[in-house]
Amino acid sequence: MSGNAPSSPAPEPSRHGGRVRRVRALIVKESRQIMRDPSSIALGIVMPVMLILLFGYALSLDVRNAPIALVIEQPSKMASEVAAGFRLSPYFDAQTVTSMAAAEKLMLAHEVDGIVHLRGDFARNVNDGDAIVQVLLHGTDANTARIIERYVLGAIGMASQRLRDEGIPVVGNGPVRLESRIWYNENGNSQYFLVPGLIVLIMTLTGAFLTALVMAREWERGTLEAIFVTPVRASEILLGKIVPYFGLGMVGFALCVVAAQVLFHVPLRGSFIVLTSVSMLYMLVSVGFGLFVSSVAKSQFVASQIALIASFLPAMLLSGFLFDIRSMPVALQIFTHILPARYFVTLLQTIFLAGDIWSVILPATAVLALMASLLFAATLRATRKKLA
Amino acid sequence: MRDSLLRVASLVRKEVLALMRDPRSRVILFVPPLLQSFLFGYAATFDLNHAPYAVYDEDRSAASADLLARMDGSGVFERVATIQQSSDIARLIDDRDALLVLRIGPDFERKLSAGQQADIQLIADGRNSNTAGTAVSYVTAIVSGFNADWRAAHDMPDPPVTTSVRAWYNGNLETSWNMIPGLIGTITLLQVLMLTALSVAREREDGTFDQLLVTPIRPSEIMLGKALPSTVIGLIQATIILLVAQLWFKIPFAGSFVTLYAGLIPFVIASVGIGLFVSSLVANMQQAMLFSFILLMPFILLSGLATPIANMPDVFQWMTLIDPLRYALDITRRVYLEGAGLGQLIGDIWPMLLIGAITLPIAAWMFRNRLT
Amino acid sequence: MTENPRPAIEGHGIGKLFKRSGGEIVTALDDVSLTVEHGGLAALVGPDGAGKTTLIRLMAGLLTADTGTLTVLGIDIAQDPQSVQDRIGYMPQKFGLYEDLSVQENLDLYADLHGVTVEERKRTYPQLMDMTALGPFAKRQAGRLSGGMKQKLGLACTLVRAPDLLLLDEPTVGVDPLSRRELWEIILHLVREQGLTVLISTSYLDEAERCARTVVMHDGKVLAKGPPDSITKIAAGRAFLASPPDGQPARQLQARLLDDPGVTDAVPQGGRVRLVKTSADADVPAAVELVAVEPRFEDGFMALLHKAADTGKSASMSLGQTAKRHNGETAVEVDNLVRKFGTFTAVDHVSFAVKTGEIFGLLGPNGAGKTTTFRMLCGLLPASDGTLRVAGVDLRKARASARQRVGYVAQKFSLYGQLSVIQNLEFFAGAYGLSGRRRKERIAWAMEQFELAELAKLPSGQLPGGYRQRLAMAAALLHEPEILFLDEPTSGADPLARREFWQRITSLAEEGVTAIVTTHFMEEAEYCDRVIILDAGQVLAQGTPAEIRAHAPESEDHEPTMEDAFIAVVEEARREHGRPGERSAA
Repeated sequence: MSGNAPSSPAPEPSRHGGRVRRVRALIVKESRQIMRDPSSIALGIVMPVMLILLFGYALSLDVRNAPIALVIEQPSKMASEVAAGFRLSPYFDAQTVTSMAAAEKLMLAHEVDGIVHLRGDFARNVNDGDAIVQVLLHGTDANTARIIERYVLGAIGMASQRLRDEGIPVVGNGPVRLESRIWYNENGNSQYFLVPGLIVLIMTLTGAFLTALVMAREWERGTLEAIFVTPVRASEILLGKIVPYFGLGMVGFALCVVAAQVLFHVPLRGSFIVLTSVSMLYMLVSVGFGLFVSSVAKSQFVASQIALIASFLPAMLLSGFLFDIRSMPVALQIFTHILPARYFVTLLQTIFLAGDIWSVILPATAVLALMASLLFAATLRATRKKLA
Repeated sequence: MRDSLLRVASLVRKEVLALMRDPRSRVILFVPPLLQSFLFGYAATFDLNHAPYAVYDEDRSAASADLLARMDGSGVFERVATIQQSSDIARLIDDRDALLVLRIGPDFERKLSAGQQADIQLIADGRNSNTAGTAVSYVTAIVSGFNADWRAAHDMPDPPVTTSVRAWYNGNLETSWNMIPGLIGTITLLQVLMLTALSVAREREDGTFDQLLVTPIRPSEIMLGKALPSTVIGLIQATIILLVAQLWFKIPFAGSFVTLYAGLIPFVIASVGIGLFVSSLVANMQQAMLFSFILLMPFILLSGLATPIANMPDVFQWMTLIDPLRYALDITRRVYLEGAGLGQLIGDIWPMLLIGAITLPIAAWMFRNRLT
Repeated sequence: MTENPRPAIEGHGIGKLFKRSGGEIVTALDDVSLTVEHGGLAALVGPDGAGKTTLIRLMAGLLTADTGTLTVLGIDIAQDPQSVQDRIGYMPQKFGLYEDLSVQENLDLYADLHGVTVEERKRTYPQLMDMTALGPFAKRQAGRLSGGMKQKLGLACTLVRAPDLLLLDEPTVGVDPLSRRELWEIILHLVREQGLTVLISTSYLDEAERCARTVVMHDGKVLAKGPPDSITKIAAGRAFLASPPDGQPARQLQARLLDDPGVTDAVPQGGRVRLVKTSADADVPAAVELVAVEPRFEDGFMALLHKAADTGKSASMSLGQTAKRHNGETAVEVDNLVRKFGTFTAVDHVSFAVKTGEIFGLLGPNGAGKTTTFRMLCGLLPASDGTLRVAGVDLRKARASARQRVGYVAQKFSLYGQLSVIQNLEFFAGAYGLSGRRRKERIAWAMEQFELAELAKLPSGQLPGGYRQRLAMAAALLHEPEILFLDEPTSGADPLARREFWQRITSLAEEGVTAIVTTHFMEEAEYCDRVIILDAGQVLAQGTPAEIRAHAPESEDHEPTMEDAFIAVVEEARREHGRPGERSAA
């Protein structure tokens, strides 16, 4: 240890070796911090598990056991056939009342979501050919109302089908009959798109939100000041952040995929390798965004707010995960093109439910790759070993 | 008593000054609710507009043209392709170029004219099955309209049974009528919870909280000093969103504003209570932010905003009972669309007051007794 | 030794501006030129806000100068900061240890970043651990170390590899005398044994005195350069000792002397008052009898500073219109106080009593339990066992109005940073139930006594350090408390601010206010009527400053100081109890 000779710089065995060692040291340090910081674990592991449970079990856009009132003013074979159709259906929890007034009372109290009204003269009118089934829906929750409408019409259709089989001329079928098929998800099970969509939320949270938070924390706590005055390069510091949070995000990804397959039986029609690859790519974009945000806003509060508003909310609302982008105002649709989550949702829904459709996968992957490189370039530019 | 009021008054004044002096926090108070109400208002809808569809019309007759004209004129669908071979169907759906493909067979008009039943096929992209289901409903309605007109024009008898569907409160079943009033509660909760959760945590981090605790101010006074301004701010934010709903999205309002605010005040109090409760538990701002975020997710997801509570398994339905947003959504929707009066909302109001009555005193107790 | 063509650090005409959040431009450095040769210790001395930290950060390549040139180890730092950073060691003022990593893990991280090979580690680690006495704590998380140990770990991280130049930015701020001495031993060892070049910034003047060369800075400018002797010489013939009249504490004479136009500086020292006259033949009417003494570095420094800056008017003050209170009653009584955190005992059967009108000092190394005792006294933390009475009651259990009788100034500035000076005062007036005319009067009093009027509208978070301290005290005195608690009020403050602070406390004590102060500046114990020394939660010694000083070992070259006594007491206690170096802070 005789180090006062400025003309002989500290010997470095090989530049490359030093770099690998430095990056490895930073990764080890970050991983230890993740393990020891309850908030990282909360956000990286607990939150994904909670979201999986919520999205998988609690959230469902499919109506089951919707309470409806069935008004049968006068019993008849015809009427009981319709009533049976509702009782057998898993979609409804039908209670029979005898007067419209009683039904409306239930509806006003919002104890039922809809009323199916068969008048006293229903059976006679069927024979005369002008019977009307009146359906009243509680419109406060329009989406549910619409789903119930679909099921009610279906149930009435089924009832008439049975009557027709018995030779009685019936209901509904006009000159044009619509045969509809919903591809990829014949039964319209909403978990099929909610659970894969969850991957977007979780990877956005760990990638953008958590990374922005921990990087800003380093700035705020002044831990970077001493690190800067070492042979370490800015790019190495960034790499030391990217690798562990990338790993943490992939753990969340793995949890989701396992839950989707094992708990919720969501089909995976594309290949697992493609799914993993595009998810890794999105994770890079997400971490890159988090680092970029924290390189600009060096306070935890500001960085996390920006990360929430600019990545998490859009991933939830504007990615097409829950709400269809094509129905949004044009300006908003155009805006969604700059959101990485939009492309990832497309990829996830396609790979899970449709398969390896390269005409979808390749362009979306290309956009994500471009975004990743832009974000990293920008972060590298913005991260200088300077204070203030 | 006079002293106590004086102390609460200076606490309130301090809170308001601290918020208003800083231009950044002024922005944080009012811009996010405004932005979020527009963003949610436009994006969070299950309605379809300009949904892309493609046509494979093998008939190319006047009748099929009539049917397609109805599709194109619906405003719901927008034709993006007219294809000539069935093999294109898969490509359009797979590539997400079209949400629907409508296929009309070659003998469509012949069958119709002969009084036979003509089948048409509809293929929907079910990657988002909710969107697909909605689209199918719209097409069903269009086809029914076509059928009725065709019968009338060709002197065909009406079918023996017809179905007439009517929706109460929301005749066209527009999801925005339900979603946008729902935002009043959702965005307010988001803002109020984050803000109050940070408030005590910030003071603890800055050391000002200790400074408060060595003055004659009582914990209950600190609690009031925090809760009062937060409640007012929460109500102001709720009003901003209400104004956006009324003036911009023009959602019809069936009830009375007095009733609405009678429901919103207990809601904001409950939210403030939960926020202060979180704040009294945590040690620093980072924890406050994380914990309130972790609470907000289930609060919002289980509130019934996007998916009905009735669809949830029982366990989750029970959990919603401690979610103030659940009650707030019920109140806003019912006041907005049903014009419900105060009497009908009691069942929603008392649980929120109970939440406030439990969380606020616990928070006040924790101010002094939190283990360090 | 190789020939060094250029000095280790060479700077010419360095200027640096900062923009405050309000858009106001602040000059941090103004035309600074300096040279630091290879080998030995150089000190950067100056009060707060002199620009020391900015200058060191420029040298470390963390900031870029607006004007001027700066070469470090012969390399232009603005052009190629990385090459410099590859070769120097830098310890920032607040060393950002990773608190959730252990001592060893922090050390490993820096060893890896500096590319220290495994073989080299085998050699250096034991040395570092030995030097810093951190060996037994290798597995402890850095966040759970005491302040002094954190600083030592920071230094160890900086020294994992022998740097060509070591930059230390106020390494001993907030560190108790024992840890401070240990840190200095490490630094001096490195300089002696390894011929290391070290630049250290400090506001401790005794530290500057130990360096080969000093650069005195004030307000972004260099005031003087040269060996410490050349600074000391400025006060030649102007340093004296004065004895107070019998039965009067030295601080009262000192306060009077500070107000004297013929006196540049005065501090209590060993029961007497050391003063520096404005000139060798200046008249000092306040003092009875003056004994000429050899000047020391501090004297020269203060003289230099007084010449350069208007150090403001006297800080003597009056509490208000209340009559003087009777002395002699017991204001605070603590009996067998215990506080445990899990298995760790932070305060271990501490007993003491403070009489009304006394200045009572709680002295002790970092983590001794001073702050924990304070928090219990103020009712912020429940005691695990024992009794305590403040103004006759236990503040935690008493009615809230009992707190009306105490004032509390926390260790960290803890007023509302977003609120302006006047708004903060208005708030605390309200918190203490002052209203109407009374409230106006008290606020006007605070503005006047603490000279805050000019800054009334400035957000308190933007106040310069010294003014923050004043505002914190003003807020704690608005309601004319009988008892004032001050937790490390002078930690991190420069010599000027510390003198000002003590002058105020002295005036308050004369009006009958009881002041309880924690500090780890041992010379400040001289201002107190009585002190206790705490270590590891236990009382080691108790008594008047003179009684404490008697614990100090005989010394040939100087009169025994408070610091000598303190170190002797603590070391003896640790020997007896076989305690390892230090304990963690609660």
